[in-house]
Amino acid sequence: MTMREKIEAAAAAYPDQRSAIMPALLIAQKEHGHLPGPVLEEVANILGVERIWVYELATFYTLFNTEPVGMFHLQLCDNVSCMLRRSEDLLRHVEAVLGIRNGGTTADGLFTLSTVECLGACEMAPVMQVGDDYHGDLDIARIDALLERLRATVGKATGADLAAVAPPGE
Amino acid sequence: MFEPVLLRNMDVADGHLLSTYEAGGGYQALAKALREHTPDDIIGLVKESNLRGRGGAGFPTGMKWSFVPKRAGKPKYLCCNADEGEPGTFKDRIIMERDPHQLVEGMAISAYAIGAETAYVYVRGEYVLAIERLEQAIAEARAKGYLGTGVLGSAFNFNMYIHRGAGAYICGEETAMLDSLEGKRAQPRLKPPFPAVEGLYASPTVINNVETLACVPHIVVRGPGWFRGIGPDKSPGPKLYCLSGQVQKPGLYELPMGISLRELVEDHAGGPLPGRKIKAVIPGGVSAPLIPERGLDVGMDFDSLAAAGSMLGSAGVIVIDDSTCMVKVATRIIEFFHHESCGKCTPCREGLDWVVKVLRRVEAGQGVPGDVEELEALCKGIFGNSFCALGDGAAMGLRAALAHFEHEFVAHIKEQRCPFH
Repeated sequence: MTMREKIEAAAAAYPDQRSAIMPALLIAQKEHGHLPGPVLEEVANILGVERIWVYELATFYTLFNTEPVGMFHLQLCDNVSCMLRRSEDLLRHVEAVLGIRNGGTTADGLFTLSTVECLGACEMAPVMQVGDDYHGDLDIARIDALLERLRATVGKATGADLAAVAPPGE
Repeated sequence: MFEPVLLRNMDVADGHLLSTYEAGGGYQALAKALREHTPDDIIGLVKESNLRGRGGAGFPTGMKWSFVPKRAGKPKYLCCNADEGEPGTFKDRIIMERDPHQLVEGMAISAYAIGAETAYVYVRGEYVLAIERLEQAIAEARAKGYLGTGVLGSAFNFNMYIHRGAGAYICGEETAMLDSLEGKRAQPRLKPPFPAVEGLYASPTVINNVETLACVPHIVVRGPGWFRGIGPDKSPGPKLYCLSGQVQKPGLYELPMGISLRELVEDHAGGPLPGRKIKAVIPGGVSAPLIPERGLDVGMDFDSLAAAGSMLGSAGVIVIDDSTCMVKVATRIIEFFHHESCGKCTPCREGLDWVVKVLRRVEAGQGVPGDVEELEALCKGIFGNSFCALGDGAAMGLRAALAHFEHEFVAHIKEQRCPFH
């Protein structure tokens, strides 16, 4: 399905097109990696809604990235339950290993590191979300192994997958 | 012996599949409801059971349903609040991941009771696996005639849809969730009108939490007397408790409502980590004021915790031990609320910004005399003055930390450093 078809299918669940903006933005972000202005305008056009309605959602909700992020967005929870299980040590470790600070992206565009609020998986604290997946009961050895696995998947990724990820800052 | 019902499929292989759910008696409650009961009967059963909302507020579910006008001249909606964002809470995610049909069946029965033909499940966007499992469950249920036109051959039509959230804690506030569902920024609405009269698309709407809805099929099958026989009469039923933090066995526990917090933490969850002592416990997610160790002999139900100056909230039980700096805990909690403030009202938006600045300097060893009093004054300015409960929750949490651990704040200011480092 094209992005337009996916968005139109999602919109069928609602009596009002405006309700479909959030699902449409999630679909568009999956497609484009992030949500720059032209993508927001495309979403507005597909749904036939005011552009400002689309912009205000894209900038209000934290899961929408208006700026590019790395191929792997490491989202480390630092809320109370994870903090009590030493998530700070993991943050410092990942910062050191990747040579970036919280919020930054590696020069090769592979990793963006962000601390996030509670992921709702406190039974496996400390926890980190990467893409769609949760990784819990983390310690430094497990984080290192996870980063290795993620790097290994890049080796197998096709050129098209990599091209879909814009380098940071562009 | 207490028999878990909400978590009965947790450790069953393929517990999320329709075949597993049906093998355990699944959808018999829906069949029974449609065959033997009018919608009003179902509301009556739920009222009689004394089921109270599991999202945090503890409002009687049957009463909430009875506020929906019988003849509205408009479609009615059922919304499930699955935007589980209260730090320390993960029960709804686990229900949706491992036993999603329980929610689907609960929603079908609840929609029948209030006369809704359409329902939305507002699931937080991070819960990708839960969303996949729920999507699959809805598709399976539709294929079997548990959803759709003429459910199980009756005159009841029912469709449900998933609305994926995008990371805003404020959507846990039911009217903010409705605005979000309408495609707006999530900000709470002025009440009245209440959602039961004018909710989603200005139509009568009931909003219930995942766990609340999951209780409904069990009440229909086992009867309200069974439900009311578990735990305190005014706040009964099986309850999910989310244990996390500095405790031996973090995890999800299903136990009677009203169990002692001490028993929950020390017996079921194994107590503190080796060599440590419990210092305080947050009983219901970070909005709930913490309880110092000496207060742990309190019942985990709405009324007992309210009487103890805290609240059951989402039953996200966070255990804090004696190695932890309470100023740091308080700072992290207020930073969270500050981050999640929707910006609508001044006390919450500006007040929390100010509180964070003071807390950060105290934590960093740069506090000044009078900072404790300033924090108390700021709490006073926020509590009761913010538009919704977000600001109140933040102020209550900080007040409890100040009330029970003021000496730690004072030590940071006096020594100009964190005594725990």
